[in-house]
Amino acid sequence: MELSQAYTSLLSDMGHTIPLILIVLTGLVIVLLDAFKPRHVSIPYLTALVLAVALGLEIQTIGSQGGTAYYELIRVGGMAAYVNAVILTSGLLSVILMKPYLERIDHNIGEAYALLLFSITGMMVLGSANSLVTIFVGLETMSICLYIMTALIRSHKGAIESALKYFLLGAFSTGFFLYGIALLYGATGTMMLPEMRGAVAVSDSDTMFWAGLALLLVGFMFKVGAAPFHMWTPDVYQGAATPITGFMSTASKTAAFASLILVLYYAVPAETWNGVIAILALITMIVGNVIAISQTNLKRMLAYSSIAHAGYVLVGLSAGTGAGYSGALYYMLVYTFMNIGAFGVIAFMEFDGKEGSEQRLDSLAGIGYKKPVLSVCMIFFMFSLAGFPPFGGFFGKIAVFAPAIDAGFIWLAIVGVLTSAVSAYYYLRVLVVFFMKQPDGVYDFDASPVPFSATAVIVLCAGVILVLGVAPSIMEVTMSFFSSSITTTAAVLP
Amino acid sequence: MFEDYIPFFIQLAIASGLSLTLLKGGELLGPSRPNRIKIMPYESGMDPVGSARQRYSIKFYLVAMIFIVFDVEIVFLYPWAISFQDFLAAGVGLEVLGIVIVFIVILAIGLIYDIKKGGLEFD
Amino acid sequence: MEMTLNWYLTLSSVLFITGTLGFLFRRNIIVMLMSIELMLNAVNLTLVALSQAAADTAGQILVFFVIAVAAAEAAVGLAIVIAVFRGRQTIDISKIKSFRY
Repeated sequence: MELSQAYTSLLSDMGHTIPLILIVLTGLVIVLLDAFKPRHVSIPYLTALVLAVALGLEIQTIGSQGGTAYYELIRVGGMAAYVNAVILTSGLLSVILMKPYLERIDHNIGEAYALLLFSITGMMVLGSANSLVTIFVGLETMSICLYIMTALIRSHKGAIESALKYFLLGAFSTGFFLYGIALLYGATGTMMLPEMRGAVAVSDSDTMFWAGLALLLVGFMFKVGAAPFHMWTPDVYQGAATPITGFMSTASKTAAFASLILVLYYAVPAETWNGVIAILALITMIVGNVIAISQTNLKRMLAYSSIAHAGYVLVGLSAGTGAGYSGALYYMLVYTFMNIGAFGVIAFMEFDGKEGSEQRLDSLAGIGYKKPVLSVCMIFFMFSLAGFPPFGGFFGKIAVFAPAIDAGFIWLAIVGVLTSAVSAYYYLRVLVVFFMKQPDGVYDFDASPVPFSATAVIVLCAGVILVLGVAPSIMEVTMSFFSSSITTTAAVLP
Repeated sequence: MFEDYIPFFIQLAIASGLSLTLLKGGELLGPSRPNRIKIMPYESGMDPVGSARQRYSIKFYLVAMIFIVFDVEIVFLYPWAISFQDFLAAGVGLEVLGIVIVFIVILAIGLIYDIKKGGLEFD
Repeated sequence: MEMTLNWYLTLSSVLFITGTLGFLFRRNIIVMLMSIELMLNAVNLTLVALSQAAADTAGQILVFFVIAVAAAEAAVGLAIVIAVFRGRQTIDISKIKSFRY
């Protein structure tokens, strides 16, 4: 590379990553603003505004040909734009839910929004990485911000404990992830994902490559909360503030899955890891769905349900085909709206003063008549999570199961459908409690009206799920990322 | 190469062996009749009060932690400093200096936040 | 005797396994944090050795990022440990379990 051109190429590449730069800069501005004027009123609006602008910019570039920036370190356009758009959507919806929620529990601190923006930065880098270095940097930026966000309610012992578990296990898995990167680097002599597949074909250090990939997969499985590395998920989701849980469960999983897809699609020789991922998907679906049945706390139940959904996405990945990967990306979009909506609903229904972490599902009996709008939206979310037509969740499941059947994993799809049937039990039980049960005691019910902005977001999520269910044409968009051959996607933008 | 160090290892073995033998030998051969006064840390001094393991201010941790974080960021300046001459030769010295200033400004924002939040008030 | 690449890889894998076992079997959170640091530094050694063997700088660049991340992780981790200690007066991981359902 020519040194004198390094600067000009940096400047021109910055033009392709405007959303990323905008978000970092706004995060820094919020840090400064909060230092001089703590809890300034404009901070949430500033966050929402920049997320909306960045989302608009990313949506505009979804259709464009993908390329790379910063000496091929990250991808722009195409699939990266789609993944970034999903992450930014999740962030935008979460910010609007977070503001009234944090105001209610008197924790509307500026750091929460700065951390949200910094974690989104990490997720965008992770979801569009083209090199193992960027994967690591993005993953850690995301994770460290999420550890702090989990511990945001410092006065609540449960939140601190959640953060401790998340941090210890997260840092532990980072060690494995990093060792995997080191071994992959040693086996192939390169950090660039597209160069890896070619290097492993000629390399003689096979054991090193496969050991490295196995360790890398352990790290990824931890970050997406797949069994048998799911132990942290229930505790963390239960203890963290509810809208933040919604954000963590959608955006960070989207980023980690996108990154995993990039690794599997570009760096790993085809048809070698499908069996392992299929078995992980099998365990994850069974563990998540079976344990969710016995949960009495709504947040903990949704945590196990999110493990199960990670399993469904892994079914799509196990197919190892473009259709499977695009189905997984589509599933993450649907899942974002379903889960943010569901966590948003329960965020404004909890009244135990401990972020819903000790509130039993039965205490919400009959709430369907006290908060009708939220409860009706909850019908949408629960049916969609369970995978009933005509909601988005149904087509999401088709999108991940069908490629697996084509790839010969018929048993996996059968287990997936069976566990979905099991999941219908615990999702529908929520609705039964909401609408058909009488409260078994007197609860100190929070009757304050739900803010308009939060209601609007939840209704929007429900509407989008219906639209995605009726018109799943976005599948064609995600499909297009994998139709072109591998060599063209590594081309540098003009 | 290893052969050159053999005298060193012999010396090491003799030194550690001798000191261990003398220490252990004194303990084994000498009479030992401890009582409460004898085993006190200061036999003819003050009576010890409380535990020696005291907690000290959390502020110490805060300052140390901030030092480590900022200290470690400097590691990114070394590669830049080493290749700066090459950038100067290529005619983009000022621009590359600007990039590093951006990096330092980002760090400074963290420091400003820290000062305003009282992280450096040691009292 | 020549120091070959395998010596470094062996040493770093021994360090990594020491860190892993320390994390798994010690119950003091501070010791667990130290074990994590040991794991990260074992990886650093692997990366530098492999990078030197391959005559490629990418591995050494990653080491810089690992060092920075390890510092940030230690800061966040110790802050969380202090918050835990203020609430419970203990840093024994087996005594910290409020979520039992």
